[in-house]
Amino acid sequence: MNKLIGIALLLVLVAAVTAALSYDDASQTFTFLSSYNLENLLRRIGLFGVLSVAAAFVIVTGGIDLSIGAVVCVAGCLLPWLLVDVGLPAPIAMSAVLLVCALIGLWHGLLVVGLRLQPFVVTLCGLLLYRGLMRKFTGDRTMGLGEAGEGLRWLATGKIPLTADFGLPVPMCVLLLVGVATGILWQRTVAGRHLFALGRNEEAARFAGVRTGLLTMMSYVACSALAGLGGCLFVLDVNSAQASSFGNFYELYAIAGAVLGGVALRGGEGMVLGVVLGAALMQLLSNTINLLGDSNQLEFAVVGAVILFGAGFDEVVRRFFSAKGPAGSGR
Amino acid sequence: MTSTQSSASKGVPDAALLEARGVSKTFPGVRALDAVDFAVCAGEVVALVGENGAGKSTLMKVLAGLHQPDEGGLAMNGGPVALGGPIDAMQRGIALIHQELSLCENLTVSGAMFLGAELRRGPFLREQEMAAATAGWLARLGLDADPRALVSSLRMGQRQLLEIARALRADAKVLIMDEPTSSLTDAEARRLFEVVKELRRDGVGIVYITHRLAEIETIADRVVGLRDGRNSGALEAGEITQDRMVALMVGRDLAGPSRTPHPPGEVVLEVCGLKTHAWPDAAVDLQLRRGEVVGVAGLLGAGRTEVLRALFGVDKRAAGEVVLEGQTLRSGDVRGAIASGLGMLPEDRKSEGLVSAMSVRENVSLPTLRARGAWLDRGYDRATSATAIEDLLIACSSGEQQVSSLSGGNQQKVVLGKWLAASPSVLLLDEPTRGVDVGARAEIYRRLDGLARAGLAILFVSSELDEVLQLADRVLVLREGAVVGDLTGADRTEAQIMMLATGALAPQESR
Repeated sequence: MNKLIGIALLLVLVAAVTAALSYDDASQTFTFLSSYNLENLLRRIGLFGVLSVAAAFVIVTGGIDLSIGAVVCVAGCLLPWLLVDVGLPAPIAMSAVLLVCALIGLWHGLLVVGLRLQPFVVTLCGLLLYRGLMRKFTGDRTMGLGEAGEGLRWLATGKIPLTADFGLPVPMCVLLLVGVATGILWQRTVAGRHLFALGRNEEAARFAGVRTGLLTMMSYVACSALAGLGGCLFVLDVNSAQASSFGNFYELYAIAGAVLGGVALRGGEGMVLGVVLGAALMQLLSNTINLLGDSNQLEFAVVGAVILFGAGFDEVVRRFFSAKGPAGSGR
Repeated sequence: MTSTQSSASKGVPDAALLEARGVSKTFPGVRALDAVDFAVCAGEVVALVGENGAGKSTLMKVLAGLHQPDEGGLAMNGGPVALGGPIDAMQRGIALIHQELSLCENLTVSGAMFLGAELRRGPFLREQEMAAATAGWLARLGLDADPRALVSSLRMGQRQLLEIARALRADAKVLIMDEPTSSLTDAEARRLFEVVKELRRDGVGIVYITHRLAEIETIADRVVGLRDGRNSGALEAGEITQDRMVALMVGRDLAGPSRTPHPPGEVVLEVCGLKTHAWPDAAVDLQLRRGEVVGVAGLLGAGRTEVLRALFGVDKRAAGEVVLEGQTLRSGDVRGAIASGLGMLPEDRKSEGLVSAMSVRENVSLPTLRARGAWLDRGYDRATSATAIEDLLIACSSGEQQVSSLSGGNQQKVVLGKWLAASPSVLLLDEPTRGVDVGARAEIYRRLDGLARAGLAILFVSSELDEVLQLADRVLVLREGAVVGDLTGADRTEAQIMMLATGALAPQESR
């Protein structure tokens, strides 16, 4: 809980500073606060937030998924192909893409649970494998949606009007839906309780009768399916995808957002609200750099520095408290 | 249900809740259990006693379904059962409260309490009901904790009680408690005894395993002894005294084996007021002379390993001074310790003693690597490993063989060889023959004896009393981090050591 408050404060602080510094003398307005900028920021938070929730599913079990960016690429290339080249109706095409991505997750789960391979290795190979296959499959062509995606594109580019000149971007609504559903699953259901228990102490969970293998597999499925959903939204947003670059490094954004939001890499720790705030902070920082800097060359550096600061601060606080002796009884 | 006197000779009363009949279990190289009988009735506390390695843990794991017996079997309420695993055992009402607690620390108290058996409405948790039920169990055990607090915020004693509560929630009929008080404060331990007595009144059968004989005197209805994996007898209520329990543990031969002592030389290692972080209130003083072999005995957790680690500098010392041949060793400085002439064979060979993926040659030369300019001196490497292989009769195809493919005994010889290559003046050994077969063991004893005669001082920790008595000129007994006995000559007997180690005998006067 303290962690959530910390990151929320940081978010507000960065937003306030950015807003103050974005004052434009010519138009006498704050560029950051323009509805164009805010809508754009919220849209990007929605898009990347879905990926961070995906990553969190696997991190909570004590695993990791490095193939998220590659799965985004798979979804981003398959959706235009199914809509344009095959000519499937939009709902069927989208369902087919999500199914393929879920199967990729199942494959990861089988390798991790069945063969006991390390998640890092399985998904690192997946990262290389899926992008490589998609490049061959598309012949490195740019996969455009053209007119075929017209109706679907509302999912990525549409907005729900709130005031005369400001609307809530639909991807943000998608993230809210995904977030609420995940939050209920994690906090309120038996499956969620078991997921967190096995993430921290798999042996103890197994001896308590928890079906650890099945649950671990299902989290890989959820992760890849959500990454696929993210991939669909991304390609609907920009209208085309190129296999060699689409979704590059997105797994790192996704993982960084989750970790920044308090999901512990050792497993069994984290809240969806934190993940959403973490993803928001990542996008806010990138927005800040774009607004205030001459170029976005420093973007990666700033993001890296902020995450490092967050992790280091957390560790220092933890040591400080543990040095004060074993924790007392519950308050 | 109180007919515990009837067949007392075998220590197996009738109408037992849980029973082991002629159970045997063999691990590679060790017969851990040999036709062991054991039983616990409803409303009875049975204590299981034995030295380290007598087979207590193995029996406990068989009873809890973690190991399958090779021969013999289990029975519940008189009928034979085969436990399919720990979950099966749990469902039949057998709960193991382990030394290493098995709680998920990230859950709340009520979450941990109901893990795997959540109260649910469809897929959803019924948190309110679980918290309320948990509060009831906690109150019954006198555990003052909020059901919604995190497990990680509980003290060890509270977690222990929580595990018991969890077992009772799962309707346990038999509780197996392994060293339940090892991490408890005195007050927490007293609370635990009250709980045990209440459970006994409620008809729960309790198997109680501990090294603390005083606890058994206060709590047990019956004592079953194990020695070398066999039943060594039983004590009924009224016969339970610490002396008789020690006799069950070590047997009747109370005389130490004869051996020729090494002639000790001048003092080479001097330790003053050494305090470890595990036992910050107990100071250890000791002197080691050239050519002397000193054994350190004590129970698990008595701080033996911690003393060796602090001497060698793997752990920082909480306080105290270590002087090796006139040089003061800095705390936490392994490089300095090695340079001054200290070597250490650690307790866990695989993770601390060897780099498993490297060859014999690379392991042997690791502490003493020599360089020619920027390059490794491979000639020195080969020569050192060849010497070690020849000297210690290490059975390997060549120095290039990977150490992980060697037998336990040969691996241990590699660790020994790597320190001998450094020609130390003091060698620290922690469980030097753990997992080592009889042949290699004799080889290692012979080598150590020879080294001591050549002037090496040896300080070693062993849980096997035979080994301590066979190797050591002098035995230091540790209890709760402090030296409670310094035995030489005819005083070095198993009984004497056990009495001091368990606290059945008051600490000796300081020398």
